[in-house]
Amino acid sequence: MYAIHSTAHAEDGIAIHARDLHKSFGDTHVLTGVELTVPAGSLQALLGPNGSGKTTTVRILTTLLAPDRGTATVGGHDVTREGAAVRRDIGLTAQQATVDGLLTGRENLELFAGLYHLGRREARRRAAGLLDRFDLGAAADRRVATYSGGMRRRLDLAASMVAAPRILFLDEPTTGLDPRSRAELWSVIRELLASGTTILLTTQYLEEADQLADRIAVIDAGRVVADDTPAALKRQVGSERLALRLARADDLPRAAAALSTGDAGPHLDPDAREIVLAVQDPDHLRRALDLLHRAGIPVERTELRTPTLDDVFFELTAVTA
Amino acid sequence: MTTTSTTPAPTRAVRPPSAATALADLGRLITRALRHEARTLDALLVNIALPVLIMIVFVYVFGGAITTGSSGLDYIDFVVPTVLLMAGGYGAALSAVNISEELTGGMIDRFRTLPISGWTVPASHVVASLVRNVAATAIALAVAVALGFRPDATIAEWALVLALVSGYILAVSSIAMVWGLLVTSSQAAGAFSFAVIFFPYLSDGVVPAETMPPLLRGFAEYQPTTPIVETLRALLLDQPMGDAGRLSAVWLAAAVVISLPLAALLFRRRTST
Repeated sequence: MYAIHSTAHAEDGIAIHARDLHKSFGDTHVLTGVELTVPAGSLQALLGPNGSGKTTTVRILTTLLAPDRGTATVGGHDVTREGAAVRRDIGLTAQQATVDGLLTGRENLELFAGLYHLGRREARRRAAGLLDRFDLGAAADRRVATYSGGMRRRLDLAASMVAAPRILFLDEPTTGLDPRSRAELWSVIRELLASGTTILLTTQYLEEADQLADRIAVIDAGRVVADDTPAALKRQVGSERLALRLARADDLPRAAAALSTGDAGPHLDPDAREIVLAVQDPDHLRRALDLLHRAGIPVERTELRTPTLDDVFFELTAVTA
Repeated sequence: MTTTSTTPAPTRAVRPPSAATALADLGRLITRALRHEARTLDALLVNIALPVLIMIVFVYVFGGAITTGSSGLDYIDFVVPTVLLMAGGYGAALSAVNISEELTGGMIDRFRTLPISGWTVPASHVVASLVRNVAATAIALAVAVALGFRPDATIAEWALVLALVSGYILAVSSIAMVWGLLVTSSQAAGAFSFAVIFFPYLSDGVVPAETMPPLLRGFAEYQPTTPIVETLRALLLDQPMGDAGRLSAVWLAAAVVISLPLAALLFRRRTST
């Protein structure tokens, strides 16, 4: 039902192209040269912590903010010089849910559909379809002010999809959603992708990017520090983290020396008496403990954990630094 | 990529929305704004009650103590035209809060990503404000008549009164859009309504300007409220009109013509963060 576009995006098959984007607010340099190329019909994740520049990038690409330097095209149109053309092709779900609390869910969707110039009957049809799709059918004729946070969020997403835009920007769309709503949203995103929509999604969750994205751009301090497929990034980051807590903090340098045989060196945390390394398989754990045992370094506790965003950053920023 | 097209791909011209499209968008946004009015009854009641209170205060509390100088009017007749402007202006100025809340709440951001003309969103607030405040002013006028205000206007003069009051509400609402989009909080936006209520005091509308110290008197004689009040008095009470009518029209038209494009520009520039 979302489906719509048989025509290609821009002639070169590139839906979003950003070059050397810079943006500062006063003395704060939020973007320091963002580069991004998103092929039409793919899902690009923008992964990064708070304040890394994800939202600013999205705001520039959706014509809400002008870059200080650099250029960007969306759907083949320049975001600063051809804003009106860009706006015809895009939908945005911002971090903050932006729906009208005094209108009902249905009125909201019909309003936005109308402002995308869909025609009254088509607007009604799309609104009704999306309300059902997002499990808002029962609340459709209640004012949005009475909705729960999750319901608002879902309505917000429906609003950005109501005109079936060719390029959809989702800025942390699952923040604040319960697991069921999140799974529902993921399936909607997959459907949109299957119908040819290009999606740029920002997230703080590695798992979300991994689940959905064709490519993940890791953004840190206003720059893209890595841009690759999820599989390649995970290879780089390692599948799991092994944290070894030593009995004596003094042993840390020796332990690091004993263990630094792999691709990525271990990461020391003196305060926690911890040494953290990426492990590829269970055997790795045995070898590490073996090495420490032979070096006569007592280990107090071991912990295996899946890599967090922190680990990704440590890995990627350590490589580029 | 596979597509399961159910509707033909829309044509996507690179032209800005046509005038007809923009007007249709304006209509949709006005519907929305009027729904807001109807669904915020408390705000609507304040918008109506405050002008009525001002009317009562002026007529009963100040009325006995203020003389109307050389005009020879009863104080109620002297002050009612001004209170009508305060009534309409107060509510019109509150529109600054409405648009400011949409800005800080992120709603403006959503509108800015839609393929609509920049002026339609502020204009929809202005139109809703016009509807709301013409009604509020009419209620204040009815109260004035109940208190003893006796206008002797003809039908044609009443039509001109309506046009003038509407023009004043349009002008104040348009300036309110600019103010509401400039400030960064709805509290600051709300301050505009105090300015608008206070402004007529420094005119010939509440006390005769001839009783003021020279500097203030100069301001009072040339500020826009004075010719508008004089025009209202001329229409409602058979007072001499002079140049006041033309001057009022120029002031009000200028306010709308300057403010609305400025508001449209700010709409494109200002963001929630």
